[in-house]
Amino acid sequence: MSSATAALNSPRSPFDRTLLLVVPAAAFMLLLFVYPFLYGLALSFNPKEGGALANYSHFFTTDNLWPTIWTTLRLALPATLINVGLALPIAFKMRVKSPYQRWATTILVVPITLGTVLIAEGMLTYFGPKGWLAQFLQFFHIYEGAIRLTHNYWGVLISLVISGFPFAFLLILSYITGIDPVLARAASTLGANPRAQFRTIYLPLLAPGLAMCFCLAFVQAFSVFPSAVLLGSPAGPTRVISIAAYEAAFEQYDYSLASAIAMIMGFVQLLIVAAVLGVRNLMYRGPVSGGKG
Amino acid sequence: MNHDFNELRLDGVTRRFAGAGGQAFAALNELTLTIKRGEFIALLGPSGCGKSTALNCIAGLMQLSGGSIWLDSTRIDTLPPEKRGFGMVFQNYALFPHMTVAKNVGFGLKMRGLPDAEIAPRVAHAMKLVQLIGQEHKLPGQLSGGQQQRVAIARAIVIEPPLVLMDEPLSNLDAKLRIETRAEIRRIHKELGRSTIYVTHDQDEALSLADRIVVMKDGVVQQIAAPGDVYGQPANLHVARFMGYRNVLELQVDAEEGDRVTLSGPDVRLAGMRKQPLSGGRASVAMRPEEFVLGAGPEGRNTIAGRVDNVEYCGRDSLVDVITASGTLLHVRATGTPVVGDNVQVHVPVERVLVYPSELSA
Repeated sequence: MSSATAALNSPRSPFDRTLLLVVPAAAFMLLLFVYPFLYGLALSFNPKEGGALANYSHFFTTDNLWPTIWTTLRLALPATLINVGLALPIAFKMRVKSPYQRWATTILVVPITLGTVLIAEGMLTYFGPKGWLAQFLQFFHIYEGAIRLTHNYWGVLISLVISGFPFAFLLILSYITGIDPVLARAASTLGANPRAQFRTIYLPLLAPGLAMCFCLAFVQAFSVFPSAVLLGSPAGPTRVISIAAYEAAFEQYDYSLASAIAMIMGFVQLLIVAAVLGVRNLMYRGPVSGGKG
Repeated sequence: MNHDFNELRLDGVTRRFAGAGGQAFAALNELTLTIKRGEFIALLGPSGCGKSTALNCIAGLMQLSGGSIWLDSTRIDTLPPEKRGFGMVFQNYALFPHMTVAKNVGFGLKMRGLPDAEIAPRVAHAMKLVQLIGQEHKLPGQLSGGQQQRVAIARAIVIEPPLVLMDEPLSNLDAKLRIETRAEIRRIHKELGRSTIYVTHDQDEALSLADRIVVMKDGVVQQIAAPGDVYGQPANLHVARFMGYRNVLELQVDAEEGDRVTLSGPDVRLAGMRKQPLSGGRASVAMRPEEFVLGAGPEGRNTIAGRVDNVEYCGRDSLVDVITASGTLLHVRATGTPVVGDNVQVHVPVERVLVYPSELSA
């Protein structure tokens, strides 16, 4: 064996200096994510009074704290399901290039460029009790009763759908266009009608991507804060977990409790994401093309 | 869809696309063809000739711009592909990557609502036919290219379609596999007797597989004939060039007696057989390199003298480039071993000199 190949096979091959390119990103992660996270974790175990777990037991025994988990889940899960569920058929329809595709995509994606606060402002004037929607419905006598779509659960849910949908749509569109359309054509020659093509070809190949999209959309919705305050009733049905953390930190100045709440929030997200990704592991995750070339 | 049909009839099948500048161009122009039960038809032509368009139109994957397709007395060009029930083999296999080989093969039967108990033996039979026993539970990604293509073939024939459509099924395989799989396709066709339409740009494939060959160019059919006729008697110069008539000379027509034409050029005098009506006193002459023989012909007929310009050794024989005094280049296959720079004579039989109307005047 020549010395060159010996060097290649040796476990102590020379240090690859291009690895140094990772350093800035790694430092960035350490400084701005890992350190604050560990700091918060440590802080959550150092309560103002009581033992190391006092914050956590306080959270789970206080009546206006622990239910915030359910309040948040009740918003985030339906919002995520609606977003993914709406985005899938629309993205499926948009998968083939057409003159309308670019326009439709642009219009559907616009909300992503708007901040949640801007969306909230718009919704307050549009969906409010004296907003355009209410006036329109009453003017044409379509619905006479009082319309309350702001400052409650529905206002926050609608805002989560508006801000989360484009994200889910873009993600799913990219997954769908990655699937070789010749597979559906092959299925059609074998007797699969468009419904069966979707069910047997597109859906199984999309499932892992849908799971990933669900996770990302869920995490986004679970950390809802501005719209819960602006469009919901932050003292009542939309008192989400991030509001609880905010109050602990900036109204009671109990950073330790706030850190504990943030940790619990992260843990709940982690549970849901792990569950979804666990299911994803059971599915086919290989390439989505039908062969070579 | 009934399996017993007598003929598939393409009647003026036309497909237009919007071309550059909004001008519609016909990728497939007035294809009229009748395919009998059990026949193996090859659509042959260079890329862009419309052969794949024709196949997609028959499969139902593309709408027709004109014409109609009939299966006996049933008009089928208005049916969606899933209602036509033709088995199709795609160039890139198009196997479902998330299904096992057995599931892939059984897919068409499943879509027809057959019970699993009936699907299993038919899948097993198809797997045996393509010699893939033991691979049933693998995913397509775990198979080699040749195996994948055989799965694709099994998947298309297991539904016992009235017609099997193959779109360049061998073009992604290496040379050795290509010949093996070609033989396999021939064997399966013999065994099942299914009518097959096979699209290819490879003349060897078309010649070795087909009962009849449809040669196409620019969306227009050039010739429909048995392999021997397409090979030996190309209908026009396009077909001749495509079938390997590499020597095409522009010559002056001296005399026509029946189909026999005498022609001449600066330092070439040839007699050949007319394949199309001539006009204008000039003609194009097509000759295959294989048809030349080194040395002078009987009584010096059809003999061309020149200098060896290049020799390519090909094993059994050599490909020799001969240049005449006036600079006409001839490709000649020769079994001898001419040396570059030698002065040689080559001759070609009269019936192997095909005379077509001049390309230049046309």
